[in-house]
Amino acid sequence: MAYVAVKGGAQAIEASIRRLKFERLKRGRVLGVPEALAGLRSLIDQVMSEGSLYCEALAALAIKQAEGSPEEAVFVLRAYRSTLPRKYYSKTIEPQAMEVERRISASFKDIPGGQILGSSPDYTHRMLDLTLLDESDVSVGLWLREFTALPAATAGNEAASLRALPKVAQYLREQQLLPHYLPDDTPPADVTKQSVQFPTTRSQRLQMLTRGQTGAVTALAYAALRGYGGQHPTVGELRVGQVPVYVDDPLQAEAADGEAYYLGQVKVTEVEALVVKSAGKNAQKKSLTFALGYGLCLGQNETKAIAMSVLDQCLEAGDPQYPTHNEEFVLMHIDSVEATGFISHLKLPHYVTFQSKLDSIRRTSDRLAEAAKECAP
Amino acid sequence: MNIYYNFAYFDEGSKQEIRRAILKAVAIPGFQVPFASREMPIARGWGTGGLQLTLALIGRSDILKVIDQGCDESVNAVSIKRLVTKTTGVDITDITERATIIQSRHRIPEVPLTTDQILVLQVPIPEPLRHYEPSEMATQKLHAEQEYSGAWLMLFEQIMHYRHMSTGADHPVLVHNRYVMAPSPIPRYDNPKLNYSPALVLLGAGREKKVYAVPPYTQVVSLAFQDFPFRVENFSGKTCRLCGYAAAYLDELVDDTTGTTFFQCNDTSYCFKRRNETAL
Amino acid sequence: MVRDVENPILTVRNLSKRFGLGCRQCQSGPTSHLDKNYCQNCGTVYACAEVSFDLYANEVLGIVGESGSGKSTLLRCLYFDEEPSGGEVYLSAYHHGEKNVVLASSQQKRYIRNHTLGMVYQNPVLGLKMNFSAIGNIAEKLIAAGTRHVADMEGRGHELLQHVSIPLARIKETPKSFSGGMQQRVQIAKALSNNPPILLLDEITTGLDLSVQASVLDLIKEIRRSTHISMLIVSHDLAVIRMMADRTIVMLDGAIVEAGVTDQILEDPQHWHTQQLVYSLL
Repeated sequence: MAYVAVKGGAQAIEASIRRLKFERLKRGRVLGVPEALAGLRSLIDQVMSEGSLYCEALAALAIKQAEGSPEEAVFVLRAYRSTLPRKYYSKTIEPQAMEVERRISASFKDIPGGQILGSSPDYTHRMLDLTLLDESDVSVGLWLREFTALPAATAGNEAASLRALPKVAQYLREQQLLPHYLPDDTPPADVTKQSVQFPTTRSQRLQMLTRGQTGAVTALAYAALRGYGGQHPTVGELRVGQVPVYVDDPLQAEAADGEAYYLGQVKVTEVEALVVKSAGKNAQKKSLTFALGYGLCLGQNETKAIAMSVLDQCLEAGDPQYPTHNEEFVLMHIDSVEATGFISHLKLPHYVTFQSKLDSIRRTSDRLAEAAKECAP
Repeated sequence: MNIYYNFAYFDEGSKQEIRRAILKAVAIPGFQVPFASREMPIARGWGTGGLQLTLALIGRSDILKVIDQGCDESVNAVSIKRLVTKTTGVDITDITERATIIQSRHRIPEVPLTTDQILVLQVPIPEPLRHYEPSEMATQKLHAEQEYSGAWLMLFEQIMHYRHMSTGADHPVLVHNRYVMAPSPIPRYDNPKLNYSPALVLLGAGREKKVYAVPPYTQVVSLAFQDFPFRVENFSGKTCRLCGYAAAYLDELVDDTTGTTFFQCNDTSYCFKRRNETAL
Repeated sequence: MVRDVENPILTVRNLSKRFGLGCRQCQSGPTSHLDKNYCQNCGTVYACAEVSFDLYANEVLGIVGESGSGKSTLLRCLYFDEEPSGGEVYLSAYHHGEKNVVLASSQQKRYIRNHTLGMVYQNPVLGLKMNFSAIGNIAEKLIAAGTRHVADMEGRGHELLQHVSIPLARIKETPKSFSGGMQQRVQIAKALSNNPPILLLDEITTGLDLSVQASVLDLIKEIRRSTHISMLIVSHDLAVIRMMADRTIVMLDGAIVEAGVTDQILEDPQHWHTQQLVYSLL
């Protein structure tokens, strides 16, 4: 008998990978990365946020590779992120200095600087638009020319002021309605470099929330609002826009302001949500005050940022009667790569452990059968 | 743009952190050491823990064997091998005796391992007390205080209901008489192989971000009661259809044509080895 | 019932438990401005203030007081559910009573809990694992005390559960499906399973139907007769204390205001609060 060796597994995998490529290409058209960049802005923002990597081109490529699956695209982007050595941290980003593209508040009718609706599907009617079937490069070019020819709605100096809009929270601090905290410059622990131990710090929680799968974070915040969380916040301010990123000269210990290097801008969504909380340790001297729930995401991800701010406050409150206040319950289950990985692992062969279970079950039924025999007349 | 991958996929800083965690695990047998588990091109739940350990340890002269459910050709094993060879160029083998690193999901090979080998096991749930206590904070305290009555209580409840311990795989063990450990979903049949193993056994949980170890020649005892001793799976009267062996862990299969049940060695390379030896 | 007068099995000296950080106003010693056991300035509650007493072998010590007197907090400190803010506790079973148990490591405290103490809570959820069977609950305590023999544990479990009148047919069910009185009896069986020299009972009859209360108290009396365990019984109900305790201490606002032989205290209460309690006995 000749030496027996079977290599079937490798062949099957290769065939499967070819088949996957066929599925992606079978309609005979290529989805160009420029087309994806141009037309899939929202998905790109979602993938960058969950993938925790800001690069629209790479996110577009990942989406093309994944045939549009956010689960797969985020996976690919995160795996790539794992290979990048990270030697620097940027300086703290100041959303106050954001070049605002959209900015609203649900807490006040009018705010200094105004409610700027900006670009959002919130004000559209979600009716399937068949005219989009007829879009062409030419028609798009024409529309863009008309749009840019429109006179600016505001005078020149107001455009500059979009970079210096005051925070609604600042107004509340001045009115003594939000507690004023002393600045805390403790360097935060990076959850991608150090594994998280419970209890967590707020910074760790915010990192895990911002990297969380949009659906998971949204679902848990929804549950919190529906009674499983005891919180009903009001959006104090929601901002979408570009913020500059600076890095200190790594060779200088403490660089003076103005000597940091400018890397570019990233688009972020920031939400400051307000909840009413009682303060004061003394039972006699309790007062009501506002507390801030914070949400920040890369890209324009408004639902997730709001959901994040809701869960941030839930986890700060930590009331044991609510599952959405339990940090292990919330933070361990919202990561896309971990959740989808573990669920999909059920497709892996489990026949060895299954055989063990069969053995246990058979032993029980053997014993019951013997007992039945003894009882039989 | 070009993407350049470092040897064994990770950057050196990542490998360093994983190695430090491994050293700590070896120094405290059975204790779960947290580590900053990174995302990999293979999904969480599919062996990223074991894979990170292998990639952190592997060198150019190593020879790697990867099995899943005892089989070298299993889809998952092949996929892991492809990733490792793509990023290291290291030799692969099916023959257990020839490997220096063996990464495995759900089995320990039948061929006894030696002091020159490292066994890396893939772990889904590293916490043996998880079904007794869902909170990670609470279980860490229980380990610290050596409070393991929960582990025995779970076995006791099984005996109350079924008159025998009904753990399938992943039957908890006591390592070096100190920490209770989840040996990963290896069948009970394989638990005794951990006791005084000449090879170093490393266990990696990527999603849960823990690594733990059984150093060579360490005492590992499966939890049991004085009057209900630990029992392995029962294959009495059954032999492998291919090689005739009766003393290996067997897979149960159904013949396509006749519809009858038959058995086959689970460790495929071991079965081939036996058949090739008898053929000569 | 002979008491070993020489050697108490439990000695408590100046045990304090404070909830809150305290401030200059409430920590200024004898001149501190406390409203009962509470500081108006910082909101700190002094649940136990310098409590001292001894417990001897084979005796039942009653601790009586109204809500907020600190008696449950005291018990929880002795069972390591709470960390005392100060004071010393000595157990004859731990280093012959020479080392302060409050300073022991958490591993040592677990050992003491598993081998020397038994606790029955007012709320059975605190003392039982509701998703494990009744006999499993007993086994848990036996396993914690070192037993590794299933038949022994089964036997002891049957014995204890029969003793507390739980029908054998139900011992494999979880306490979730039991009535309040039954749950309490399973708790008592569990607390006794490791033969602890000291049994702590925290308001164990409060909230139960009167007839059930009576049967639980009868059970405790019977256990007392047959095992000679020492007990610390906490209750706000002086009638329960009168029935069960040899000696009694009376607590008010975290401090002991009166202590002595139960009969004496009932016949001739000295402190005005004790008088209040005694005269309001139905």
